[in-house]
Order: sequence, then C-alpha cells, then structure tokens
Amino acid sequence: MARYVVSTKEEQLEMLRAIGMESLDDLYRDVPEEAKAKSFDIPSGMSEMEVRAFMESLAEKNTRFKKIFRGAGAYRHYIPSIVKSVVNKEEFVTAYTPYQAEISQGVLQSIFEYQTQMCELTGLDVSNASVYDGAVAAAEAIMMAVDRRKNRAVVSGAVNPEMLEVIKTYCESRDVDLVITGTSDGKTDMEELKASVGADTACVLIQSPNFFGLIEDVEDAVAIAHESKAKFILSSNPIAMAYLKNAGEYDADICVMEGQPLGLDVAFGGPYLGIMTCREALMRKLPGRIVGQTADHDGKRAFVLTLQAREQHIRREKASSNICSNEALCAMTASVYLAAMGRNGLVQAAKNSMSHAHYLASRLLELPGFSMRYGGEFFHEFLIDAPVAPKVIEDKLREKGILSGLEVDGGILFCTTEMNTKADIDELVEIIKEVL
Amino acid sequence: MKLLFERSISGRGQEILPACDVKEYVPADRYLRKADLRLPEISEVDLSRHYTELMKQVHGVNDGPYPLGSCTMKYNPKVDEDAAALPGFTGLHPLVREEDAQGSLEVMYRAKELLCELTGMDDMTLQPAAGAHGEYTGLLLIRKYHKERNDLKRKNIIVPDSAHGTNPASATMAGFNVINVKSNDEGGIDLDELRKAVNDETAGLMLTNPNTLGIFDKNILEVTRIIHEAGGLCYYDGANLNAIVGRIKPGDMGFDCIHLNLHKTFATPHGGGGPGSGPVGCKDFLKGYLPGPVVVKDGNTFGFIRPEKSMGQVRSFFGNFLVVVKALTYILTLGAEGLKEASSNAVLNANYMMHRLKDYYDMASGDICMHEFVMDLSRMKAETGVSAMDIAKASLDRGIHPPTMYFPLIVHEALMVEPTETESRETLDMMCEIFIDLAKKAKEDPAYLNGAPYTKPIGRPDEVTAARNPVLKYSF
Amino acid sequence: MSEVLKELKYLESHEWARVEDDGKVSVGITDFAQHALGDIVYVDLPEAGDEVTAGESFCEIESVKSVSGVYSPATGTVAEVNEALLDSPELINEDPYGSWLIKIENAELSDALLDSEGYEAVLENEEQ
Repeated sequence: MARYVVSTKEEQLEMLRAIGMESLDDLYRDVPEEAKAKSFDIPSGMSEMEVRAFMESLAEKNTRFKKIFRGAGAYRHYIPSIVKSVVNKEEFVTAYTPYQAEISQGVLQSIFEYQTQMCELTGLDVSNASVYDGAVAAAEAIMMAVDRRKNRAVVSGAVNPEMLEVIKTYCESRDVDLVITGTSDGKTDMEELKASVGADTACVLIQSPNFFGLIEDVEDAVAIAHESKAKFILSSNPIAMAYLKNAGEYDADICVMEGQPLGLDVAFGGPYLGIMTCREALMRKLPGRIVGQTADHDGKRAFVLTLQAREQHIRREKASSNICSNEALCAMTASVYLAAMGRNGLVQAAKNSMSHAHYLASRLLELPGFSMRYGGEFFHEFLIDAPVAPKVIEDKLREKGILSGLEVDGGILFCTTEMNTKADIDELVEIIKEVL
Repeated sequence: MKLLFERSISGRGQEILPACDVKEYVPADRYLRKADLRLPEISEVDLSRHYTELMKQVHGVNDGPYPLGSCTMKYNPKVDEDAAALPGFTGLHPLVREEDAQGSLEVMYRAKELLCELTGMDDMTLQPAAGAHGEYTGLLLIRKYHKERNDLKRKNIIVPDSAHGTNPASATMAGFNVINVKSNDEGGIDLDELRKAVNDETAGLMLTNPNTLGIFDKNILEVTRIIHEAGGLCYYDGANLNAIVGRIKPGDMGFDCIHLNLHKTFATPHGGGGPGSGPVGCKDFLKGYLPGPVVVKDGNTFGFIRPEKSMGQVRSFFGNFLVVVKALTYILTLGAEGLKEASSNAVLNANYMMHRLKDYYDMASGDICMHEFVMDLSRMKAETGVSAMDIAKASLDRGIHPPTMYFPLIVHEALMVEPTETESRETLDMMCEIFIDLAKKAKEDPAYLNGAPYTKPIGRPDEVTAARNPVLKYSF
Repeated sequence: MSEVLKELKYLESHEWARVEDDGKVSVGITDFAQHALGDIVYVDLPEAGDEVTAGESFCEIESVKSVSGVYSPATGTVAEVNEALLDSPELINEDPYGSWLIKIENAELSDALLDSEGYEAVLENEEQ
C-alpha cells in the first residue's frame, strides 16, 4: 500500500462504487489513450527506515567543514536555539498563504512584525513580506523603478556576481537598458557612474559592503542618482546594516538585501530570503504580499493581506511582478532571529564579524608576500593576494577541515563572522604558514 | 494578542554572543549608523511563548482538512523534514568545490532525473524558487528559442481566461503580449477560439491540464497540435499535476516545457506562503537555454554545467535546495506505485466528495472531475443571499479550511474543492456533511452565514480600511 | 437601477463627461461603475500637464479585490486633478457625479460619447 494514502483498497473500492465506478483506472476514462503514459522508469518505494538511511548517506557524501572562512553571498552566523524551535512549529511549517485572515492571524501578525523590523533595520517606510532571495530582490527593485519614460538601470560592477546575473536576466526580458559600470580600486567607479546616469535613467543600484567587502561611497552615488531624478537602490547586508549607516540615512529610495545571515542556514544556497523595503511614495509599486493592520467588525485589531490590487491574482497581465509564493517561513526565521538577538546582539554580531575580519587581515599581512588587493574600508570580507596560488592554501586548509576564502581574480576573498573566533583565525594563519 | 514590540521592556533581552575576543575594530564615524534600531528587548521565555500564542492562531495541515482548490494541501511527511534538517545538507556552503558537494549534487541530480521521467521531459533546472518563478523561467526558454531562430515577431503568449493570474503576469514579465482566449463550458480551450488566436506572432500557449475547473481537457492533443503547427511552443503549468502523476506525462500531451510546484504535488510544506520550489523541465531542443548551472552526472561524479546558450540565472546559486531534498525524499518513499496510487486517490477523493455534494450545490461542470471540482454558488446567492464567501467563512467555524473562493474567474460564485489523497473517507464524509448542513442553513438562516465566522480569534476584518489607510508597520 | 444624469455625456465603458462653463471637460465614473467596483480604496490619478487621448486609459481605480482602467472621453491636456480623491477615494462611492477625477483643457470630445438615453440603453444590456 502506498505511503500516506489513508484509504485501504477495500475502502477505495467502496468509494469507487459509490460513484458508479469499479477501478481507479475508470477515473481516467476521459483521458485520450495516446496521452496516457506507457511506462514510468521510477524505482519502487522504500520504507521510512530505508529512505532515511539513504538520505543520510547522501548528506554524508558532502564534506563537512568545521570552520568556514568563505562568504561571497552566503554567510554562516550563529543561529540561536530559539529560532529553529519556533519556525519548526508544525502550524507555521504547514499553513498555506494567509488569505483567510480569521484563521491566519498568527502568520499575518508575524509578517507584520517582520515588516516592522525590516523598516527599522533599513530606515525606510514600507517592507513587503519577502521575495525569493537577495538577487531577485535587486532585480525586482529595478523593475519597480523603470517605466515608459525612464528605462535605463545603472548597476555597479562591484555587486555580487550571482546578483548581477539575475539582474541581467530580468532586465533583458523586460527590455530594460542595463548599464554595468566599472570599478576603481574595488569600488564603484563614480566618474563612470556619473557619466552613465542621465535623464533616461530610472535607477542606480550599488551594493555596500560590495562583493569585495568594501564599503562604498554611497553618498556620492545617491547624489548622482538623485540629480537625474533616478531612484537609488541600495543592496546591503542585514548584519552590517545594524552597525553601519542604513539605507534611510543614505537617503536611498529602495533597499534590498539577502536575508540569509538572519538565522538561515547556508544550505547549499537555499531557501534564502529576499528583503525589500522602500519609501512610502513607492509603496504601490512594491511587489509581493504586504500585510496591513485593520480591525474586525467588533473593532478588534486584526491583520490582513492588503494592497492586493498590485498583485498578479487581480492585475493579471498588468501586474508589475508575477510573484505569488514567497519565502514566508524564512521571513519568520529572520524575525525570530532579530527578536532573539535584539539590538545589542545584532550590533555585537556585526562588530565581532568586522573585528575578526580586520584581525585576520592584519595577521595575514604579517606573513611575507601577502598584500591587500584594495585600499578601502571593509566590513567582514576582504580580497587579499597571497605569495602562493590560492588553491595551494585552499587545499591545505581543506585537509584540516577548514573552508578557505573564495578565489576571486587570483586573490582570496576571506570572510569572517562572529563564528570565526580568535583561536580559529590564529589556527588558520598557522596552517597557511606551512605552505609558504 | 500583543505584538513583539509591545512585549519589549527596556533592559530585558538575551545574551547570545560572547564579547569580542580580538581588539574591537571601529571604522570611521562617517560609516557608522546613528539611527536608532528598535528591536524588541525580550527574554527567551517571553519570546518562545509569544510564538506559541501566534501558532495557536494558525490553521496548519494538522488542524483539520484543507480542501483548498488549486493549492494541493496534502499532509507533509515528517521524514522529509528530517532529511532536509541533516547537518550535511544545512551546513554546506553553496560555493564549495564540486567534489565537496557530491551528496547535494546527487540529491539534485536524482530529483531532476525522477521529475523528468514523471513529466516526460529531457532536462530540468531546479533554480526557480516558486511556481510563478518557474513560469517566468519557462517562458524565457520559449523567448530564447524564438530569438535564436531569429523569429523575432513571435511576441504573443496565449492564455485561457480560466488561468491562474500568475500566467498572464509571468508572460508580461518575460516580455510577451498576452492573448486571452475564452474557455469552453468545461473550462477547457475552445478550439475555434484557439484557431482564431494563433498566427505567425504566436510564441506559445500556457496551459494547465487538468484545467482550473478540475477537468481533463480531452482535446489536449489537438490543442498542442494547433500551437505547434502555428510555430509556437506549449508550456505546461504544473499546478494541477497532482491529478496525473504516475499516469500521464505532460511531455506525451505535446508540451515542450513545464514547471512543477514541489510544494503542491511533491508534499513539501507551504510555510505560510513559502519557500516553495518551481523546477522547470524541457524537451531536448530547449535544454541549451536553461538557466545555469544545471546539474549533470559524469561517470560516478556529479557536477554543474552552464548550458551553452543559457538564458542566464533567475536566482542566486541553485534554488531552494532544502525543498528539493524534501521532494526527493517523498518521491523515493512512494516510488512508482505509490505515486500512482497517490494521484489516483486524489482524484477518487474529489469525485467522491463531488458526488455527495452535487444534490446540494451546483457544480460548475460535468459529473466526473480530476483532483478538484468547482461549485457554482450563483443560484444560492440569488435565492438566499448567501455567497461563496459566506459558505467559506462559515466553514471556518466547523474546523475546515475553506475551499478556494472566487477562482477560477469564469465562475462567478466559485468554491473550488481539492481534498487531496491524504484525507480519509471519514474526513471526506465529515466535510460533506458540513457543506450539506451549510447549504441547508443558507435557506433557513442566511443572516447567520452572512456574519460568520463566530468562533475564530477575529471576525471578518475590514479590508477596505486596510487598503484605504495602509498601516504596514508598528508605530513605536 | 443606477442613477444617470440627463445633462452628462457618457462612454460605454462607464465614464461621464461634463463640459464646464470655461470650456474644460470634467471626467468621472458613473454610479453604475462605482457600484460595480465596490468600495474604492485608491485612485491613481495622472498629473496636471499630462496629455490624454480619447478612448485610452488615463487612470486606475482600485477596490479591495479589483482594479479598473478609466478611459478618457476626450483628447486634450490635464488641467486639474481632484486631489481630494487621493486621501478620500470613498467620495467616488458617495457621490460619483460630484467626484470628478480630472479636468481636461483644449479638449476634443470623443465621437463615441453617448447621451443619457444612449447610456441607459447600455446599462439595460449590462444589467440583463
């Protein structure tokens, strides 16, 4: 008998007879014979014990790194125990999208709390309930900004390359004129940016800290954008934003972030969390679900999905985005994470991550032949040149169960979080010494 | 129910992280945040209880039946969750060498192979994060196909008026014009309308089959032939695949590319709205355009390739990997026979319910359905003043998640019922009795139903005020 | 039966037009239209100075579960927009013929405009 189907064969037969049929095949009698499959090359089912052992065997085929010094878009931070305890609650895991507000207040309120936290973190007015990931958030933000009159998007060449790939795809499909500017000393080349922005520019997008970990001269980019009445989109890291200037302080119009650092596992790339916030003036252009506060007929506070006329189920081909399912449970994860950490905890995570990176950089620079590729201020990632091939260092660290920084343009992009302790960093440096 | 922020008391909180163990690095003042950051200050016990309270105001799959049409709210097996929580999967960084990710790559490869076999496709990307994201990706395959052939005038995507809203929205996002065609009485494609709609500007057709009335379109082979003869491609929206898994392959119906909703058909949970996963499969002639990277097998090792003429990427990295782990666990557990039995029972359960309810509710079409059926309450509304919304809200008081309301749009007072295969006959009977009782109540005491629900944490919320004067965050 | 005012001109798509004393054309949606939409929650008005074309959509009106384009009964330039509607879109529900959306100057009226009797015939068809 199949797993999870409840009815016994006898019950199935009784139900079939109740509807005037004799076999399950009868249910498909209207399907043309040519459309019916001749065969399926699918293995027989397994018992739960077998399938679990099999999945465990697959998980064990992955290398388990004890220490990770790699970021580049996915960051291993400490996840407080309360986070998984909350988000593993069966009701949250299994519920559908909260269209039926009367039996979904728990999910709706949690999204309202998430939206509030995202507005606090980014300093902007309105947050949606999430999109798929940070890269899609950036692409969707560009789609918010462009219109018939202004169809050019100017994007810094120092953004995460994964994000840039997604931006290219989205821009090409909507025929947006995408200009990617060059870099200078690892940061957005402001001269080139200025030259690329004109009256037809809908938006400028900069990432800070950028792909190389460098803090960009965001003020300059904002000034260039706003001078041409283009929207400014800041892509950032949510942990950094607790400690470094936020999107509101920079006078950004839209902020997008990969929310994975907020309590989500690196998990081979997903599920992650696309964070999007914006100024109130852009509220009706924001894609995705949004929760609002209202009251029920007795005046009791209630939460509902609102501003739905923006969305695909109502606007259909005129909708600015097709998003339906989002990353709701990941948004709740981020919300629990932020509540557990509090302001002080989050700032501590940011400070420790940044301080560890600067400590690691200073230790590596003590070694012969190491030099920083770029000169600017960095957050928790930096690109460093080594006197030996990055692969040599990576191989040696790998033997010891350590994931080295990512090789980028011949250098190594190291990343630290609060998880990379002084002892770990000292150990890393000692191991690297062995291959010099 | 208090908000997190209303539970915050200055000075409370949790100590999660140690103090910094190296010299604290302080960047220049101009880089530092000056704005306040009002996150709640809350103890672990208060935080834990807060969410337990919220949890009690959520209807999960175990809180009662969930016959939400078009959403396939089946039971979510627990072993799938255990598999996805294995540290070997959760702890793996996405940018490791392929040799360090063999387990995850094998998961992706096996999932891809099995899903291709089930759908009659030749290759697949697991990158799209949801169904709509998959639609967008599939349409970009079609766009790329015509572009590579320099057939640039093909800008139209045909969508039936019974389609999910994501279909036309995705087509617009992918740079196409949407041509809406009228459906026939069974919610299927009207062949005459279709023939009129196709021409040398037709890029393709988007279709779900069974359609949104829960009917298998008998003309499907003719439909796909008409599109192909006009030079277009056929896109299969996998929203309703749960009716046909293990029996019918969309590839055999003439579809060139498809998306799946792993969070519907393959039992991964919905998470209150996500994360889902929307793999996109295609026939051989389209695989060179798939978004990169695509997982491949070479001998006994697994790796990634970027297809030669790839459309690019639609998401960072490889998609919602942990959701794929859950779906693979599910498929391996059920196996060939189990999958077939699951889809057959989904169809059986829907037909059983429809049969029991048809004397009390008008059905939108026919007397045999696939995995779901649509009740048309127009007559009830005209006669009693009780709408589809009223019956839906009243079912809340009886412990049932309501059917999907007001969809598809071609039925005015629609309630769409999809019981799924994981409900027992007792549960189906219980649901039927409740709906029958509500139909009687509609005649006896319509005012009561107009005011439902009565037993839930809130009554009907004022959506008008919410949209007129949006309050989208807490005011500190 | 929805209210129809004798002195106005109408489009089949349920907009009304009134030629004011100063020659400008005020435009709004009819009683039938506001009723069909239900509680209006938002009006996305154009800006003064924008050009509008007879028969083309110049604005969108949203209710909770729908959105509708509003079509212009004249070609011309937007002279004024009714900003009161931005804060109080419900005025359209309360007084559809008093709640103009825009005033068009240098207006050239559409050939498709109906008088009140012609529009009443449209409504009879719709209501069947």
